[in-house]
Amino acid sequence: MTTATRTGHAPPAPLRARRPLRPARVVLHVFLAAVAIGWLFPILWAVLTSLRSYEYTAVHGYVSLGGWTLDNYLTAWRTAEFGRHLLNSVYITVPAVLLTLLLASCVAFVIARFSWKANLVLLGLFTAANLLPQQALLIPLFRLFTQVPLPAFMSDSELLYDSYWGLILVNVAFQCGFCVFVLSNYMKALPRDLYEAAMVDGASIWRQYWQVTMPLCRPALAALATLEVTWIYNEFFWATVLMRTGDKFPVTSSLNNLRGEFFTDNNLVSAGSVLVAIPTLVIFFLLQRQFVRGLTLGASKG
Amino acid sequence: MSDQSQVPQDHAVPSAVTTTTTGGRRRRLRVLSRTDRVVIALMVLVPLLLVVGLVWLPALATVGLSATDWDGIGPVGDIEWVGARNYADVVGNYPPFVPAVQNNLLWLAALFVVATPFGMFLAVLLDKELRGTRFYQTALYLPVVLSLALIGFVWQLIYSRDQGLLNGVFGTDVDWYGDPDVNIWAVLVAAGWRHVGYVMLLYLAGLKGVDPSLREAAAVDGASEVNTFFKVVFPVLRPINIIVLVVTVIESLRAFDLVWVINKGRNGLELLSALVTANVVGEASRIGFGSALATSMLVVSLVFITVYLTTVMREDRR
Repeated sequence: MTTATRTGHAPPAPLRARRPLRPARVVLHVFLAAVAIGWLFPILWAVLTSLRSYEYTAVHGYVSLGGWTLDNYLTAWRTAEFGRHLLNSVYITVPAVLLTLLLASCVAFVIARFSWKANLVLLGLFTAANLLPQQALLIPLFRLFTQVPLPAFMSDSELLYDSYWGLILVNVAFQCGFCVFVLSNYMKALPRDLYEAAMVDGASIWRQYWQVTMPLCRPALAALATLEVTWIYNEFFWATVLMRTGDKFPVTSSLNNLRGEFFTDNNLVSAGSVLVAIPTLVIFFLLQRQFVRGLTLGASKG
Repeated sequence: MSDQSQVPQDHAVPSAVTTTTTGGRRRRLRVLSRTDRVVIALMVLVPLLLVVGLVWLPALATVGLSATDWDGIGPVGDIEWVGARNYADVVGNYPPFVPAVQNNLLWLAALFVVATPFGMFLAVLLDKELRGTRFYQTALYLPVVLSLALIGFVWQLIYSRDQGLLNGVFGTDVDWYGDPDVNIWAVLVAAGWRHVGYVMLLYLAGLKGVDPSLREAAAVDGASEVNTFFKVVFPVLRPINIIVLVVTVIESLRAFDLVWVINKGRNGLELLSALVTANVVGEASRIGFGSALATSMLVVSLVFITVYLTTVMREDRR
């Protein structure tokens, strides 16, 4: 039995009669509200700082109010070329997520559909790969990427190094494990009669995978897609070490452009940070349930 | 493949049922056409090739290179085996190594002793039927969607010496990110800020799965809420506890982004991951030496990955 489905649709807690507010409850609410506001504070502070001009805060200090402006956003957008870098992130994230889900669902299907002894090894191999420290693979991978040639139309570096292709492949290889793990559990919970019925109809393995299993996995796929978009968009390490050309960096690892050599304008940095955070925040607020379910699908198998 | 299929994987099934399913499986296998077999092979082999080629073989190569003196430039044929010399150099002849290990352990301790229990505590509080629980939850796990690199920048607004909030409010003059005596603590606050939300989320999901009758039984027996949690609920959460433990260890070992955006892991912010990276992409590329550092990370992570896998797979069997 998996909790894959259970955590998704938690049984509604029994409705308790609403009790009068006791002092203990009041204390609890005050405590939780204080913690919640404390937790939101760094983000709110970044938004606040981004909306004020550097000249004003330089004179009055940051513990003040006033100097409202949107100029920081304009300057940040221009100096750090966020438009270009956001587009780079899209080039990397979208193919990487689609490929991860496709490849992971294939492996997960085989693991869930058949009960071969090797399946356990396969699952272990994929899941563990997701948990290894990236730096432990850096040296050989870095060497490998600088040796593998690509045709010029695929990358102007003519190498896997410093190309989107390389980053996409590394991200897929790393993220596959988590998705295989989640999807295979999800698929194991599907009724086996489906396959019996499909076989009676003469459906091939591919059709069983694509037309029977995959449509039923939509909730899990949606949750994983949300999570993986966030993770790959946020990925910093591989982009930092496997890219060289400044123009090609995805947005998360291009934040450093906002930092001057000798002088840092924090109002500008905060505007840049907010800009970079916007896509993930949009995902968070629109697809919050998917995001949470994705995380808990992977971890709470208990 | 057909010979493997005869070994049923699920040992929990009573033997009578096992025989029938094995029979059924054999019949099913015969039904698999040649095309089906090719399709299955491709479905497994393509992803496997990617993961083995880009994760497992490089990991093995790292272990191999750690016993060589390769400088990364000369031909592969010139590589000489130096045995454990790189490891001896790492431990005895590399000043940043000891601070890095200390910082990684400190990272682990801070997440494990402070952030994790706090996240669990908040999950327990939020598990009660509260009005406004959605708002509290959202606020707490909002940092989880932000990248650690971005978090480094967000906290810079608070920590910066000349433009930061902390110094502004308290009138102090501390360079929170720059002063090697305090910067690791400042960074740990930021890392913990994110970790609490993550742990809270995992426990909240776990708590929702706990059978309510357990708690009711404890309440009938007159157990206090605290007692019920520690004696009844907490033991039931064992799988989640282990997963959180492993997640915490792995996160502490993999910690990188935050210190790299601040100062590339120097001057009080040494971490193993940053040292490995600095040895490869930095000015002096010392392949064998960096590999020895990386291998040490690999070994620690594999121990905990094994714990994780045995836990989740045992749960799987049930």
